[in-house]
Amino acid sequence: MSLLSVRDLTVKFAMRDQTVTALNGISFDLAKGERLGIVGESGAGKSITGFSLMNLLSRPGYIDTGKILFEGEDVVQMNDKRLRNLRGNRMAMIFQDPMVTLNPVLTIGQQMIETLMAHRKLSHEEARQIAIVKLREVYIPSPEERLEQYPHELSGGMRQRIIIAIALLLDPQLIIADEPTTALDVTIQADIMELMLELCQSNQVGLILITHDLGVVSQMTERTLVMYAGRIIESGRTREIINDPQHPYTQGLINALPQQTVPGQRLKQIPGNMPGLASIPAGCAFNPRCKYATDLCRSRVPEAVHYGGVEVACHEVQRLNSDEDRQEARA
Amino acid sequence: MFAYLAKRVIQAVAVMFVISLIAFAIQGNLGDPLRELVGQSVSEEVRQQLRDEMGLNDSFVTQYLRFAGNALQGDLGTSYFFKEPALDVILKKLPATLELVFGATLIIVGFSVPLGVYTAIKPDSILSRVIMGLSIVGISIPVFLTAILMIFVFSVEYGWFPSYGRGDTVQVWGYWQTNFATADGWLHIILPSIALASIMLPLFVRLIRAEMMEVLQSEYVKYAKAKGINPWRIYFVHALKNTLLPVITVGGVQIGTMVAYTILTETVFQWPGMGFMFLEAVNRVDTPLIVAYLIVVGFIFVVTNTIVDLIYGLVNPTVNIARMGA
Ligand SMILES: Nc1ncnc2c1ncn2[C@@H]1O[C@H](COP(=O)(O)OP(=O)(O)OP(=O)(O)O)[C@@H](O)[C@H]1O
Ligand code: SF4
Ligand SMILES: [Mg+2]
Repeated sequence: MSLLSVRDLTVKFAMRDQTVTALNGISFDLAKGERLGIVGESGAGKSITGFSLMNLLSRPGYIDTGKILFEGEDVVQMNDKRLRNLRGNRMAMIFQDPMVTLNPVLTIGQQMIETLMAHRKLSHEEARQIAIVKLREVYIPSPEERLEQYPHELSGGMRQRIIIAIALLLDPQLIIADEPTTALDVTIQADIMELMLELCQSNQVGLILITHDLGVVSQMTERTLVMYAGRIIESGRTREIINDPQHPYTQGLINALPQQTVPGQRLKQIPGNMPGLASIPAGCAFNPRCKYATDLCRSRVPEAVHYGGVEVACHEVQRLNSDEDRQEARA
Repeated sequence: MFAYLAKRVIQAVAVMFVISLIAFAIQGNLGDPLRELVGQSVSEEVRQQLRDEMGLNDSFVTQYLRFAGNALQGDLGTSYFFKEPALDVILKKLPATLELVFGATLIIVGFSVPLGVYTAIKPDSILSRVIMGLSIVGISIPVFLTAILMIFVFSVEYGWFPSYGRGDTVQVWGYWQTNFATADGWLHIILPSIALASIMLPLFVRLIRAEMMEVLQSEYVKYAKAKGINPWRIYFVHALKNTLLPVITVGGVQIGTMVAYTILTETVFQWPGMGFMFLEAVNRVDTPLIVAYLIVVGFIFVVTNTIVDLIYGLVNPTVNIARMGA
C-alpha cells in the first residue's frame, strides 16, 4: 500500500463574484520513503497541492471533492483532533521563507519543544533533549545556545536548518517542502538541499519537493509531477521526465534549462503566460501557448495516457513524438 | 541599555521643553497678572514700576529662563483663586484624577483584550457583529453624552450608582485619598470610569481585532498550525503576543491622553480631580493654575510614554535594548 494516495482532488476558491478551480482532479501516489518533485510555472497550483495534503487551506480555499489517503486514512474527512495529530507529527511541512516562518517572539527552544509536547507526553526537559539531538542532526553548532535564541538572531540558512530539524522532530512519514531554498542565499541553497536529501534517505522519510528548479528535482527526487493550471499534465520517473519529456509544456520547460542552451544563446522561454484561475481556456489549458494545438485541443481536456514511460495528458502526444517531430520539438 | 535609556530620557526632556514653551507663552498672553495683584485703581506709573520689579519688562529669553528655573524647583506660581502654590493645588487633585484614569484603564485592558481577540477569531459570529456594531456606536457618542445618559439611567432611574463626587475615600499615604478602599468609593468610581473608558475601549477593541486578524494571517501562525499546535496556544501564545506589541505603544499614548480627557468626565460627575479644577481655573482665568495644569499633564504624558517605550523594548525580543541607541 502506498503511503499517500491522492484521488481526484479538486480545490476551489470561493471568491466574492465567482468560484474558481485551483486544482482540478489531481491524482498521484507516493510510496513510503519515496521522494517526489512537483514542478510547474508560478500559479500552477503547487503550493495549493502541498497545503491541501495537510488539509491546511485557508479561506477562501477549500477542498471540493476528492480523497487524500494517508496511511489509509482520508485527510479530507479527518476531524480537527485527527488533523492536529497528523500535522507536524506524521506529516511535516517546510515553508518557503525561513525569515517569516518562525514566530519572532518565541525562542527556538519554545518553538521546538511546543511541537514535541503537542504530540507526545514528554517532560519539558525530555523534549529539550530531543530538540538538541535534532539540531545536531542538521549540523547546528552549539545547539544548547540556539535554543535560547530568538529567530532574528540567526541567519536565514541557520533558520531553515532549524525548520528542517523541527520537521524531523517527531519522525514523520512524509515531509512537504515548498520551495525550501528560494528565499536563501544561492551559496547555501545546495547545502540545504543536500542536507534534506541525506536526512530523508537516512530516516526513510518520504519527501514532496515543490520547486521551479528542474535541476533540483533531478538531483533530489525519484518521481516528478509536472503541473499546469491546476492539473497534472505529465508524471513519471524523474529521469524519464528530464531526459525524454513527452508533453509540449514539459519539453518547453526542459528546453529553457540553461545547460540545454549553447553558451551565449538566449534562454528559451515558453512564449505566453500561464492563465489565471478565472480564465483557464477550454480544452487543454496549454493550447494558447502550444504550437501543436488542434481543434480537439481547444474543446476537450486531454486524459492522461501512458506514453514512452511516463503518464502524459496531451491529445497529440503520439503524433508529435514520432521521431521526426521530436527532433523538431527539440530544436 | 544605558544608551537606549539615555536616548529615551533626552527625548522626554525635549518634549517637556516644548510643553514648557507653550505653557510660558500662555502665561504671557492670558490675563494680566498686575490686575490680579493690585486691581485697577493703581496709577500707570506705579504699574510700570511693578512691571519692572516683577521682571515683566525683561526680554523673552530672560523671562522664560526664570519661569523654567522656577518650574524646575517646583514653583509654578501661585494660584490667584486659592492663594496657594499652583503645584500644591494640583497635586492635591492628582490622586482623584489618577484613580479615575486607573479605573478606566482597568476597564479598557480587561475588556478590550478578550473582545478584540474574540472578534478576531470568530469574525463572522453574530456576537462579533454585535460587538463591532456597538464599538462604532461607542466611538461616535461623545463622552459627556455617555456620562449624562449613564447618570440618567443608572443613578436617576434605577438609583444603583451615585451620580457625583468621590464618596467615601480613605487616606492611604500623604494626602492620597483612595476610592478603592470602601464599597462606597467603588460605587462612586464605576460610572465615571466607564464614561472615561467609553471612547478608548471601542478603539482598543478594534485595534486589537485588526492587529490580531493580521497576525492570524501570518506565515508563522500558518506554520504553527502545520506543526499541529493546539488552537488556543496559537491564539494566546503565538498570536496574542505579536498582536499586543504594537498595541502597547498606542496604549501608552492613549493612557496619557486620557488624563486630559478627564476634564469632561470629571466635570459631568463633579469629580474633584485636576480636570474639574482645570475647567474652573479657566473660568476664573487663574493663569498660574492653568499653566501648572498643562505642565503637570504634559509631564505625566511624557513619563507614561517613556515608561511604555522601555517596557516595549523589554518585551519585544527583536528590540535589543542592550544594543540599541549605541
Ligand atoms: N487565497 C487565495 N485566493 C485566491 N486564489 C488563490 C489564493 N491562493 C492561491 N490562489 C491561486 O491559486 C493558484 C495556485 O496557487 P499556488 O500558490 O498553488 O501556485 P504555485 O504553483 O505554488 O506558484 P508559485 O510557484 O508562485 O508558488 C494561483 O493562480 C493563485 O493565484
Ligand atoms: S493537448 Fe493539444 S494543446 Fe495541449 S499540449 Fe497537447 S497538443 Fe498542445
Ligand atoms: Mg508556491
